[in-house]
Amino acid sequence: MCGIAGYYGEPDCADSRADILARMIGSIAYRGPDAQGFHIDDGVGLAHARLSIIDIGGGAQPMVDVDDEIWVSFNGEIFNYIELREDLIARGHRFRTASDTEVILAAYRAFGPDCVKRFNGDFAFALWDSRRRLFMLARDRIGVRPVFYAERGRCLYFASEIKALLAAPGVAAQIDPIALDQTLTFWFPLAPRTIFKDIAELPPGHILLATADGARVQPYWQLSFPDAADHAACDRRDAREIADELSALLEDATRIRLRADVPVGAYLSGGLDSSIVTALMKKLVPEQLRTYSVAFEDAEFDESGFQSAMVTALATDHHTLLCSAADIGRSFPEVIAHVERPLVRTGPVPLFALSRFVRTQGLKVVLTGEGADEVFAGYDIFKEAKLRRFCAAQPASKRRPRLLERLYPYLPQLKAQSQSYREAFFLAKPDDLADPLFSHLPRFRMMQGARAFYSAELRNALAHYDALADLRDRLPADFLRWHPLSQAQYLETAFLLPGYILSSQGDRVAMAHAVEGRFPFLDPRVVEFATRLPPQVKLPALREKHMLREATRDLLPREIADRPKQPYRAPDSHSFFGTACCDYVNETLAPESLAAIGLFDAAAVKKLVRKCAAGRFVGARDNAAFVGILSTQLLSRQFVRKTASVSEPPQAA
Amino acid sequence: MASSRVQIREFIRDNFLFREDRDTIADSESLLDTGVIDSTGVLELVAYLETEFGLDIADADIVPDNLDSIERIDDFVARKLAARAAA
Repeated sequence: MCGIAGYYGEPDCADSRADILARMIGSIAYRGPDAQGFHIDDGVGLAHARLSIIDIGGGAQPMVDVDDEIWVSFNGEIFNYIELREDLIARGHRFRTASDTEVILAAYRAFGPDCVKRFNGDFAFALWDSRRRLFMLARDRIGVRPVFYAERGRCLYFASEIKALLAAPGVAAQIDPIALDQTLTFWFPLAPRTIFKDIAELPPGHILLATADGARVQPYWQLSFPDAADHAACDRRDAREIADELSALLEDATRIRLRADVPVGAYLSGGLDSSIVTALMKKLVPEQLRTYSVAFEDAEFDESGFQSAMVTALATDHHTLLCSAADIGRSFPEVIAHVERPLVRTGPVPLFALSRFVRTQGLKVVLTGEGADEVFAGYDIFKEAKLRRFCAAQPASKRRPRLLERLYPYLPQLKAQSQSYREAFFLAKPDDLADPLFSHLPRFRMMQGARAFYSAELRNALAHYDALADLRDRLPADFLRWHPLSQAQYLETAFLLPGYILSSQGDRVAMAHAVEGRFPFLDPRVVEFATRLPPQVKLPALREKHMLREATRDLLPREIADRPKQPYRAPDSHSFFGTACCDYVNETLAPESLAAIGLFDAAAVKKLVRKCAAGRFVGARDNAAFVGILSTQLLSRQFVRKTASVSEPPQAA
Repeated sequence: MASSRVQIREFIRDNFLFREDRDTIADSESLLDTGVIDSTGVLELVAYLETEFGLDIADADIVPDNLDSIERIDDFVARKLAARAAA
């Protein structure tokens, strides 16, 4: 796991190519503290910052193939590299190293750009084929590893993080109003858009191919579900058979993710998903296993009790990092520098602290339970949507809405909500049922409360823009024929997962401290297996992740196996007030600071800040708006320079 | 009870109204229909009434009939205070 950067074309700059590459990779050196490497050829420059995990002696990058013709700079892992290597050797390919990097080179030589379809891995790489003078960028199916690019003049710059692009000649950061509106609605910009104008993200499951004739971006994989009416397309075997196959698949997905020449640990939240991963690891590698978790002072967010149950059951060497609200407030600006986008929640901050803690303990790799909620239908939003649809089918029914009580049992505030208010907030409006975004409308509408704080200038820039319509336009052609649960899962898996969970809460905060996360539930075989499960089997009644529980029942103590979902959440706006830690908040949100950046209305923000500072009850809508505005201000001040200076890229402190 | 109404109006204005493109709301306007209040907003309102007026508000009281406009909230507070005084 590493950082990559470089260019294709000719940089329009008097500086030496080596200096440009050194500046770019230097700005993300924390991703790969073990070594740096460069390759400069006519019309291409590749840089690499290495975190050594596989073939520590032989895996230096950029790497050239055995015939000295194809170069690659690679971030991530190809987990099935051992099997691919054997296959390629059988086909007559030769290898100099035992690394997964060289497997990319040989697979490219054997299969061309389509080689990505054979990779089971989390990867982003830049490849240069000097024979065909072809440049290629590629990104894994789900979007675990990032890669961004910007075209300037006759040059295409690329890098693992945006700050490395900002170190390239002629690339400056300017907030894109549409991306900001998307972020404050969906929690992230819709790829390929990033929060900065004219800087793009290569979407998950895509490759970019560039030659002298130009560049084109194309998908090589897309998440898809069977049509609801097509019963033959679903897995119709009996539940026990499905569970057995899933169990074997998860074990194999975990097994190949333990491939590393350094120790591998686990994040253990105490929830079902991380407990399954930890139990599988323990089964595969019985020796001492190190596990890590965050604990919160506030019982509303804390899961320590469940963590101890798993630690006892599996006898792991467990370490807990206590994270206070003040810690969150203090680290927030630094986290914004790493995630490079506004945040509407503080969830990434404790994970940033956790990766630092793990790193000081000498670990470089952790497995986590990320992805199970998307792939196996664990999120509450799936249950909420199912209930809203169920109630809407019989609007006269008095009994159906009573089921709303069963949603969100872990939210003390909502639990106290009376039935009539629950109905007012959760029941669908008549037009909503036909909307492809049905499952997510309540969340998106709640989030759009932040628009109340937009400046006149920003409103103007967005006058003809509708974020929800934009998202609808990006849905696959057959989306409306899918089962409603599949539709909701698609929205989570194709958008929120790469856009927020794997980036702001994943790669960026883990790699800030050179820690690589690996996710067995996001093995492409597991993902595709799950898309074929009948929706009624994934979410029977209101029992989330039913099939996953069935498949892993023997692995876990009963209290964990039957545990209801508690989503990962962290303290929000009150992290920024009440302690001495956050002097920057008032200054960042002062009327003159808001006016200088011009995105938010100072008078309206002042009232929001006063409310959050008073710290009585602050609802989800206000929390999201407050965190969103604060982070946008911090981002602008860190990244947007009136006079972009080439020699001073923003540093992640 | 004019003073409690002023207080309630101020609370609504300071805590919810900044989201809307206006500074005032009629005492009879529905807080739900106008989108002034959302699901967690109701709990903010209840917490305010409990601390500010020393009320004890049961779950059964948290219904739009009692809380969906400044007028209704004021009437509700008055009834609760009167009931307490009588007890």
